[in-house]
Amino acid sequence: MSERKSEEPCAVGAHTSTVSRRSFLVTAGTAGIVGAVDAAEVMGQSQYADPPGTVDRRGTVAVVLRINGKEHRLRVDPRTTLLDCLRETVALTGTKKGCDHGQCGACTVHVNGRRVNSCLSFAVMHDGDSITTVEGLGTPAAQHPMQAAFVACDAYQCGYCTSGQIMSAVALLKEPCGPNDADVKELMSGNICRCGAYQNIVAAIQQVRRTA
Amino acid sequence: MHTFEFIRPKNPAQAIAVAAGAKTAQQGADIRFLAGGTTLIDLMKLNVETPAQLIDINRLGLDKIEATPDGGLKIGATVRNSDLAYHEKVRRDYSVLSQALLAGASAQLRNMATTAGNLLQRTRCVYFRDTAMACNKREPGTGCSAIGGSNRTLAILGASEHCIATNPSDMCVALATLEATIHVQGKNGSRAVPIGDFHLLPGNTPQRETVLEPGDLVTHVTLPPPVAGSRQVYLKLRDRASYEFALASAAVVLSRAPGKVTRARIALGGVGTKPWRSPEAESVLVGQPANDATFRKAAEAALRDAKPQSENAFKVELARRCLTHALEMATTG
Repeated sequence: MSERKSEEPCAVGAHTSTVSRRSFLVTAGTAGIVGAVDAAEVMGQSQYADPPGTVDRRGTVAVVLRINGKEHRLRVDPRTTLLDCLRETVALTGTKKGCDHGQCGACTVHVNGRRVNSCLSFAVMHDGDSITTVEGLGTPAAQHPMQAAFVACDAYQCGYCTSGQIMSAVALLKEPCGPNDADVKELMSGNICRCGAYQNIVAAIQQVRRTA
Repeated sequence: MHTFEFIRPKNPAQAIAVAAGAKTAQQGADIRFLAGGTTLIDLMKLNVETPAQLIDINRLGLDKIEATPDGGLKIGATVRNSDLAYHEKVRRDYSVLSQALLAGASAQLRNMATTAGNLLQRTRCVYFRDTAMACNKREPGTGCSAIGGSNRTLAILGASEHCIATNPSDMCVALATLEATIHVQGKNGSRAVPIGDFHLLPGNTPQRETVLEPGDLVTHVTLPPPVAGSRQVYLKLRDRASYEFALASAAVVLSRAPGKVTRARIALGGVGTKPWRSPEAESVLVGQPANDATFRKAAEAALRDAKPQSENAFKVELARRCLTHALEMATTG
C-alpha cells in the first residue's frame, strides 16, 4: 500500500474534523494486522508456487493508467481488476466494491469517457486508457453539478452505491436518452440502491439534465 | 482466481497462433481470448473458467462497423454492444438487433460487452456457476443438478437428459432472424458459419456449445442486405422491467402484402438451449392473413416440441403469448 492520502473532510453539513471515517478505520486496524503479516507471507508463497518447469506466472505486468488526469506507471498482478487496482494500488477508495460480479454498478467508473463496471475488467487491459473516478469529478469545494444535485435532492441514504450512481449519471448525460423519468430509470438500471433512493436519484439526474 | 499469463498479440494471426495450442476452445479452455470480459472475468472469479493464458484481442482493429458491397453490414468482433445498438444503420435497417441489444444487461455492461463475446455468452444456470454442484456442462459426467432442481428459468426447447441450460443471449436471437453469418479465422484459414449452425444443442456433450476449435477467432459478423419494408420487433419478458435475463423473448422480422404475410423470420430467446429459430412458426405465418388467429397458430407451432421441467411449465404459455404479442406489435401501429 503506497501513498494513501488522508481524505478531505466531508463536504456536507458542518463537519470540521479532519479524521474521516476511513482514516480512523485504517489507523485503528493497523495494530490488528501486524501480527498476521508473517502468516500472510507464508500463505502467499504457497499460493503462487508454480510446478518446476512452468513459466513464471508470478511476474507482474506493467501498465500505464491515466487516472483523473494523472499518469500512473504501475506493475500489477494480471488478475487485478481495474476496481481493485484503483482502490488498493492507487488508493482511490471512492469507487466501491459491491457484488464484484457486474450486477450492482457500485464500481462504475469512466474509461475514455464511457461508463464501465470496473470489477469486470482487468487493469492490464487498460494500458494507456484515461480513467475517471468519482474523485476526478469534483471536489468538496467545487462539486460537479451531478454531485451537487445528489446532495440537493437527497439522492442517497447509506451512500455506498452513490459514487457508482453519480458516475453512471454523469455518463448518461452524453448518451442517447429520452426525456422522461422512465428513460432515465432504464439507463440507470445497472446501478442498484438497496436503500431505495431511486426516486431522488432520478430527480437529481433530471434536474441536471434540465439545466444542462 | 487462478493465475494466468496475459498476452497482448500484435495482430489476429499472432492471437490465433497462440490460441491454436489450446486443448479445447470449449468449456474449461486452457487458453482464452479476452474481449469485453463481462462473462469471462465473472466466470474466472467463480473458478468456472480457469485459463492459464489470456489473449487480449481488444486492440486488433476488430472494432469497426462497415457497409458491405452487397448492401449488408459487417460488424467487427470487438464492436461494443452499445455502439452496435446505437449505430444509425442498425437502428434504421436492423432495428430488431438494436432493440435486442438494448434489452440486455445494463448501459455499463453494454459499453464493455462485444459482438463476439455476446455470441459466446455462457448460461446463467446457477449449477453451472457453482463449482460445488454437479454440472455436465462444466464438468462432463458429473450429472445435471438442474433436472429436478431449481430450473424455473431454464430451457424448455432443445434440452437433453444431460443439460437443460438456457442460452441467455438477446443479441443472438435477433441475429437468428436476420440470418447473420459468423466469420471465423483459424489456423487453417477462414470460414463462414451461418448463425443457425454456430451454436450446438447440448445432446450428450453439453460442454461443447459452439463449432469453434482451438485457434478459432471470430473476426466479424455479417448481415445480409436489409429486407425492404419489413417490420421488426424484439419483445423480452422477465422478472424485472430491466437488467434481467429473459424468461421468454421473441424476435420477429415480418413482411406483408395486402391481406397476408409474405415473409417471416421468427426466433425465441430465454427458452432454448441455443438461440431458437422457429421455421415451424414461419411456415404457419407465410401466406396467411396477419391476424390473431394466425399468430396464435404460429405460437403453438413454435412451442409444439416444448418439454417443461419441474418448475417452468409456465414458460410454455409465456413464450406463446410473447410471440403472439410480438407479432401483434409488428403488424399494428
